[in-house]
Amino acid sequence: MATTVTSTKTAEKRETSSGRGSKFPGPNGKGPKGNGNGGGRRGPRRGLSPEAYRVTMWMVIAAIVMMFAALSSAYIILSFDGERRRVTMPPMFFLSTGIIILSSFTIETAKRSLKRENESRYRGWTIATLVLGLFFLAAQVMGWRELAAQGVYFASHPHSTFFYFFTGVHGVHLLGGIAGLSYLAIRGQRKGKVGKVMPKETSAGLMSLYWHTMDALWIWLFLLLLILK
Amino acid sequence: MSSETHEAVHRHEAPTSFIRKYIFSLDHKVIGIQYIILALTAVVVGVTMSVLMRLNLSWPGTSWSILGTLFPTGAPGGIMNPEFYLSLVTMHGTIMVFFVLTTAPQGGFGNYFLPIQIGAEDMAFPFLNMMSFWVTFVGFIVILAAIFVEGNTTIATSALGVWLGGGSGSTVGPIGGWTGYAPLSAVGVAAGPGQGAGMNLWIVSIAIFCIGSLLGALNFITTLLNMRTRGMTLMRMPLTCWAWFTTAVLALLSFPVLLGGGILLLLDRTVGTSFFIPGGLVFGSSVLNTHTGGSPILWQHLFWFFGHPEVYIAILPGMGATSHILSTFARKPVFGYRAMVFAIFAIGLLGFFVWGHHMFISGMSPYSAMTFSILTLSIGVPSAVKTFNWLGTLWGARIRFTTPMLFAIGFVSLFVAGGITGLVLGQTSLDLPMHDTYFVPAHFHLVMGVASIFGMFAAIYFWFPKMFGRFMSERLGKFHFWLTFVGVYCIFVPMHTMGMVGMPRRYANFGEYRFLDSIHPLVIFVSIAAIITALVQLVFYFNLIWSVFKGKKAGDNPWEATTLEWNTTSPPPHDNFAGVLPVVYRGPYEFAVPGAPNDYVMQTEPDASTAGEGVGGNGHNGHKH
Repeated sequence: MATTVTSTKTAEKRETSSGRGSKFPGPNGKGPKGNGNGGGRRGPRRGLSPEAYRVTMWMVIAAIVMMFAALSSAYIILSFDGERRRVTMPPMFFLSTGIIILSSFTIETAKRSLKRENESRYRGWTIATLVLGLFFLAAQVMGWRELAAQGVYFASHPHSTFFYFFTGVHGVHLLGGIAGLSYLAIRGQRKGKVGKVMPKETSAGLMSLYWHTMDALWIWLFLLLLILK
Repeated sequence: MSSETHEAVHRHEAPTSFIRKYIFSLDHKVIGIQYIILALTAVVVGVTMSVLMRLNLSWPGTSWSILGTLFPTGAPGGIMNPEFYLSLVTMHGTIMVFFVLTTAPQGGFGNYFLPIQIGAEDMAFPFLNMMSFWVTFVGFIVILAAIFVEGNTTIATSALGVWLGGGSGSTVGPIGGWTGYAPLSAVGVAAGPGQGAGMNLWIVSIAIFCIGSLLGALNFITTLLNMRTRGMTLMRMPLTCWAWFTTAVLALLSFPVLLGGGILLLLDRTVGTSFFIPGGLVFGSSVLNTHTGGSPILWQHLFWFFGHPEVYIAILPGMGATSHILSTFARKPVFGYRAMVFAIFAIGLLGFFVWGHHMFISGMSPYSAMTFSILTLSIGVPSAVKTFNWLGTLWGARIRFTTPMLFAIGFVSLFVAGGITGLVLGQTSLDLPMHDTYFVPAHFHLVMGVASIFGMFAAIYFWFPKMFGRFMSERLGKFHFWLTFVGVYCIFVPMHTMGMVGMPRRYANFGEYRFLDSIHPLVIFVSIAAIITALVQLVFYFNLIWSVFKGKKAGDNPWEATTLEWNTTSPPPHDNFAGVLPVVYRGPYEFAVPGAPNDYVMQTEPDASTAGEGVGGNGHNGHKH
């Protein structure tokens, strides 16, 4: 791979022209966006606009929704043929549904607190959401124990499999949200930005978008398991 | 706006250590080249396997001693087992579709040229970009591991091999085809050779690949939507960018479905669930009682919901490159630019609603089949728009017959030749007798296999001067083109005949099918053509490596092209435009503009009205020096 993507000639050029770097700063002719001084190697080189991050988050959501659409269609197809043994919905799943709906309200409150520049309230509601998220996961695990008490296990038959499988895959995605919330809660102490590149309001907006998606996904899966047998 | 907007744009210095520069690089150009090298490696494995398949088909029972040495149980005495042949079919398809046709066009050329063509310094998320390559690379290592775990008795029966699911040692991977149809793929070692560790690793590899592609797709879409330079409106983007963008959208929406399906399949195999395994499956003389209630057809739906968009993921970048290159060497604007953009989108959109045409014989309702059939045939409309516009671009042009131009014209030829039979296979009544005959491999190899590869050949000959500052040898390139072009037609046109005679695909041996005796000479002809064509590719590899070091030096814009990549040095500097992003004033294909001093006007050339404002004159690189 003897590529010569950077020659000494071009390095010189960069030095001579570096002072003019801001001459044409903005993409799309909309002027400079975001904050371009992120020094992080891992972040975007030029600061991306909040809209850019929102677009990215919507695409992440699109991909996740497509996967759950595939898994849901598997459930729908299998529920129409073959023998189906009934699994009773564990009461814990009703509780967890309540918890995650509540957590959508708390994260929304957190986001609005930040808009009103009340940083301590923002941090408090973020932590509340985080705690509710952990409670939700705990309730899901206890739901599994209730399923096991019914005598149905992961591989007992397709219907029981989906109870474990949907909760498990959803839980893994929710863990991503928990990681994000923890990060925001820790970074929430600082003023201004999260990490090196993203304004705090942007990250709060992205987080609530993801969290609401997880909420909506769970309600969808829950109703699927509850109604379609 | 926040106060940061007044700060100077931060610019990264080029990394200096070897590892940061060439291995774990964040530079989209290096990552693009890494993808291309991955594809160039994978294609050697894939083509070698296809040559082995041809050897077995043409001269069955012949002993190939080297095979006997390498695979003593798979090819005892150098004669291939039927299972060995089937695993070659599977791995050839898997490696070619995923690690060649999905990596080079999108990850390779897309990565390298999308940011430059839209006037960006890099991708939106360089770290994600690096991850997407290395994740894909791990996927490739895992698929290679599948070959060795299944192909070597010692490894298959070692502790590691047993932990991975056990193996027979008699194949080079799973034997279920690149589509991995359940229940054969779902029940584990009970299903026979290749269905142990090899199948597990196959699924894991594909799942890893899905994740890598998703990371890449996210990056492409965000970059294209948000990092375009000043003046680069959507309708001023080169058609290559439109193609990569559509491809990324397809990848973003289809790979999650395959990932989901792959997880279900792996659970069926390892945990004992029954997503794809019906109750009471009979294997030989035993009944499988451990599973109940699954649906094998479900796998087909999930797989092909991904699988059909996947063929467009393979070919759309080739279409983009072809449009770009035809226009450049015809010295004419692309005929019907807007129509081309909408056609790309229409093909991508329709691609999500036609997966059922792969399953006409699965016992689906005739009404569903008819719906899928009508939707499938409707893809002919945007495809015909594209073909018509390519011909319109060439019409009456003073064509410069360079090697990239020859390959681009070859792409059009192959796309038409392969697409025509799509109209045959898209109709239920005609597909039923043709299904699983050689007619199908003939069709898809021409239209999505070889055509995509021709698109990539065109792209590499075209962009090589930009990537390495040197030309590839035109003499060797033309030799490569003509032999490959004639070669692929010699391989795949006779296959249509075999299909119409009724020769089933995936059979290792036709010795007992006397009605096929008469076309055995044709089978041998195809094999000889395949071997020659494969050998000709060595010329390409030689040309590629030799030209990196010894090729004729190329300037910044050797083809007299108009788009932004020709506006920077060859090769481009670390941040593509040496710190000053270009400004775009016009569309991408302004060739033969009346009244212009040259027969091409670069995208950075200001309009006549603004030319007096100081930037004019030698506008396309005036800002740089």
